Amino acid sequence: MIEIKDLRKSFGDKVVIDDVSAVMEAGKANLIIGASGSGKTVFMKCLVGLFEPDGGEILYSGKSFTTMEEEERKELRQQIGMLFQGAALFDSQTVEQNVMFPLDMFTRLTYTEKLKKVNEVLDRVNLKDANKKFPAEISGGMKKRVGIARAIVLNPKYLFCDEPNSGLDPQTSLVIDKLIYEVTKEFNMTTVINTHDMNSVMEIGDHIIYMYKGEKEWEGSNKQIIYSNSKKLNDFIFASEFLQDVKAMRMVEAEGKVSNAKNDSQ
Amino acid sequence: MNFFNHFGRYLLMIKGMFTRPENWKMYWKELMHQCSDIGIGSLGIVVVVALFIGAVSTLQTAYQLVSNLIPKSTIAQIVRDTVILEFAPTISCIVLAGVVGSKIASELGNMRVSEQIDALEIMGINTKAYLIMPKILASFIMIPLLVIVAGVLGIWGGRLAGTMAAILSREEFDQGLLNGFQPFNVRFALYKAYTFAFIISSIPAYFGYFVKGGALEIGKASTTAVVASCIMILFADYVLAALLL
Repeated sequence: MIEIKDLRKSFGDKVVIDDVSAVMEAGKANLIIGASGSGKTVFMKCLVGLFEPDGGEILYSGKSFTTMEEEERKELRQQIGMLFQGAALFDSQTVEQNVMFPLDMFTRLTYTEKLKKVNEVLDRVNLKDANKKFPAEISGGMKKRVGIARAIVLNPKYLFCDEPNSGLDPQTSLVIDKLIYEVTKEFNMTTVINTHDMNSVMEIGDHIIYMYKGEKEWEGSNKQIIYSNSKKLNDFIFASEFLQDVKAMRMVEAEGKVSNAKNDSQ
Repeated sequence: MNFFNHFGRYLLMIKGMFTRPENWKMYWKELMHQCSDIGIGSLGIVVVVALFIGAVSTLQTAYQLVSNLIPKSTIAQIVRDTVILEFAPTISCIVLAGVVGSKIASELGNMRVSEQIDALEIMGINTKAYLIMPKILASFIMIPLLVIVAGVLGIWGGRLAGTMAAILSREEFDQGLLNGFQPFNVRFALYKAYTFAFIISSIPAYFGYFVKGGALEIGKASTTAVVASCIMILFADYVLAALLL
């Protein structure tokens, strides 16, 4: 579990994160959504320690990350996996070497043991035949899957995904979402996902935080988001006419269910 | 003000490299990889440059020594000292600043822009220690060796050009090489090589590591790194000569 208390971050005079508090629970896909420039990437970078917050506290399973000693932070970071927007694979290494890298750096396993673990993880992300390929030789979706494999190879407790669906077609996006969701449940990880993708919000949003100009504007689940009264959230989520129609249909459906339930009870 | 800002960040980057490695074996592997990249990767250009510089210096020295009173072996003496004192360390290192420096800056710049450095940081790896330190150490190991190779080949190139152009015989050249040889000159060349090795690796590493933006900025950082390294090499060359000669 990750607890965030009154997190603040500014760049010069510009306040990017303004007193945001939240709790990210284990075994859930915690989504951070918001328009470009709303502060969600900075928020995530503060959580993983790439930016030092100006104020507030971040607690990983009760331990304060902000006041932690550097050595303790290093140890905690080995429990953190991150999938980057562009996958951030090492260009000069093959898929197998990329996934093996954390094992090489932080474990004392033999080569055979490491290879077994790498193959297990690659199998888990449905990438069996790409071991010897270089990142330049595989598609965007495959890169994301390699990124997920590298992020989970050390069995982390926390998984961060920065825009996992950017640049992917809707079908591949769904595959990636499903994969992230499955590994979250399977390994009971605390997963935090930055996304713009409304399919992700509806499909895997166990817990959603909507950021608006650096502030937490709304918090809830994918079941609740459709009934939200927040105008800013509705303008963001249901931006197109198509999505507005979907919302209207869902509302009608829900009202129907409520009236049916009332009739049944009478 | 901008210079002091850069210089301060550069010093902090150097300081940040000195931490306990997460895994000695991986650091060793990276060091060997860099030694191969920097040493073997630049050997070809160093060989070519050294041979031609030596050959040209023999021809030009002979062209300027018109008096019959000066023995021809003096040409070899002049070629030897100019190659050891200046051409082998300085010219080779200016060429290496272009070859190695641009490679270091663009490699680190690309890693920064494509978030590979962030990925390493999140894993709990000190990226300054893992990415920059092996490059500096590899330069310390390989660049003095390349300078020695350049010195030997420069003199050999001069000898070859001298005999091919019938300026002086091999015996005369060899005799000139032995006349008034000062071992300190070789030591001085190595002092220069170590100083330049640090400049060639650390300055481009700084510009690459802190690059912001995209492909265009990587190119700019690479060019700035080479220009800054060349200027620093020439400046250090003057300072060392003024202090030690």
